[in-house]
Amino acid sequence: MRVVLAEDLFLLRDGMIRLLEAYGFEIAAAVGDGPALVEALVTERPDVAVVDVRMPPTFTDEGLRAVLEARQVVPGLPVLVLSQYVEQLYAGELLADGAGAIGYLLKDRVFDSDSFVDAVKRVAAGGTVMDPEVISKLLARGVRKEPLGALTDREREVLSLMAEGRSNAAIAERLVITERAIAKHTSNIFMKLGLPESGDDNRRVLAVLAYLKA
Amino acid sequence: MTNTNTTKRTSAVLEGGFWFFVMLVPMLLGYLALTLVLGLAGIGLGLLLLPPTAAYLRWLADLRRKKVHAWRGIEIPRPYRAEPEFGPGFKGYWGKIQFHGTDPAFWRDAAWTMTDPVVGALLAVLPIALVAEGLYGFVISALWSTLVGHGFNDWFGFVHVHHGNEGMRWAPAALGVLEIALGFAIAPKMLEWHARWSRVLLAPTPAQVEARMKHLTQTRADAVDTQAAELRRIERDLHDGAQARLVAMGMHLNAASQLLERDPEAAQKLLTEARDSSAKALSELRDLVRGIHPPVLADRGLVDAVRATALDSPLDVQVHAEVTGRLDAPLESAAYFAVSEALTNVAKHAHAVHVWIDMRVADGLLKITVSDDGIGGADLDRGSGLRGIERRLATFDGILALSSPQGGPTVVTMELPCVSSSPKTSSSSGTA
Repeated sequence: MRVVLAEDLFLLRDGMIRLLEAYGFEIAAAVGDGPALVEALVTERPDVAVVDVRMPPTFTDEGLRAVLEARQVVPGLPVLVLSQYVEQLYAGELLADGAGAIGYLLKDRVFDSDSFVDAVKRVAAGGTVMDPEVISKLLARGVRKEPLGALTDREREVLSLMAEGRSNAAIAERLVITERAIAKHTSNIFMKLGLPESGDDNRRVLAVLAYLKA
Repeated sequence: MTNTNTTKRTSAVLEGGFWFFVMLVPMLLGYLALTLVLGLAGIGLGLLLLPPTAAYLRWLADLRRKKVHAWRGIEIPRPYRAEPEFGPGFKGYWGKIQFHGTDPAFWRDAAWTMTDPVVGALLAVLPIALVAEGLYGFVISALWSTLVGHGFNDWFGFVHVHHGNEGMRWAPAALGVLEIALGFAIAPKMLEWHARWSRVLLAPTPAQVEARMKHLTQTRADAVDTQAAELRRIERDLHDGAQARLVAMGMHLNAASQLLERDPEAAQKLLTEARDSSAKALSELRDLVRGIHPPVLADRGLVDAVRATALDSPLDVQVHAEVTGRLDAPLESAAYFAVSEALTNVAKHAHAVHVWIDMRVADGLLKITVSDDGIGGADLDRGSGLRGIERRLATFDGILALSSPQGGPTVVTMELPCVSSSPKTSSSSGTA
């Protein structure tokens, strides 16, 4: 699987290259600033990109803006964004095109290499991975806000895991219930959030997005 | 050298002409308006004319300040009080009348308008009058015979212009040369005096300057105190939080390395604890940095930072913004923390469900209103964090106004003088 890596800190970039190579990824390009990233994403068209938010030249949200720009040229390009902080505002912007294949994680999740690599793979497969910190904020808020208030506790739990990018099977395993029950919960969630049944794979993305916008 | 000197003197003479011929009519209009205000004050009508008159006099005075600075290089500061927001209808207009009527600067403008047509005009007109009369002397010399005996019977200075005095025909021209020379000679000095005269009534009084200094000293002291308290808090948080966790981590790692051979299982447990400590330390550092300078504020500026805060709020917060470009970083930071503190206040005390935040930049003012549908009854004098916001804003010459009747709604209005910089746009509105 070909990866484009964007990280301006040499040590961290080097470490991530080693880590990803150890798990059998091929590094297509490793860049250190925003413009180079857009260029690399558009020309290399990797299977997945791992991108740091804060990079030269502005050291602000360079990486984020590069991702949004590249995804306008290459719709649905899978990108896992890493950040020192996770902000709902940025999560909303990343998900806004509804195409999925987006991950947004705290940088320190890299320490747990197995679950980090797992997240990269899920994003590459078109899944959506949100950091638990974003999810917990969303859900804390959700209790008081419509239409989130309409969800049962169990449904909220399911949505939280769904937003972390897990499949129905994985959620079932985690909550120790059958996969069939999960399917029922998800369809209830979609219904309560007013997401039409259209055979669209990305209703999961839309569900998380609906929460972000609620 | 001589050349620049001549140019300077010529422009001074022309400047005098500007003050006399161009400004006389507008000044007299101001004089007339002021007379109407004072004359009709007895029957109340004059008061109604006060705000437009004040605005007109201010415009005149500003014109004088601007030109004096451009031509004479003398800076005349504006003494006017910051104008609050006036409500609609007659009540608002009455507030406006009161505001201008009690502003000492208005009365000084008025005194200036009354006296300047005499004092200012005299100072300004003397050089150009001398030059003009000098030129007239040439005319008399040239047209002596035409003038004499056609109802023209006059003196030009000491020269009697009449039949039989043709021998003195050259005298008016000679006198004219002297007058023109004198006019050019005294012009710079006179205009200098004219500028100083303008400053007498148009600059702030020493009392105003002193009050301003007092205000600055006070707000600086407040700012320093706030800063110091902030540093103490950061130091304490680092010491009790991240630092302590890193120490614990080191101890766990140390113990783990000793246990590694004897009891691998216990070592494993300690390693897990060390990892947890590192995660907690990281998250505490994150929160700390957020409290000092929120990442979104650094990345995107005020509007998006407020929108991000709105998203995190448990309340339903709607943000509407008309702010183009980035503002000065310290100002953005002050405004951001003022808004988030106001939002925290609402969440804590107001029992509100909806909050509306409106931000706009107009006429060099950043104006922010935070309104909620809560129970109202907020009071600046009962602490509640609003005083803190007020102090925070005062450092930037900003003001805070509160309207919070019992039963609500509460509206907090904040105003900060500002200039927007970089062209990067972030104007948007959204729901959180």
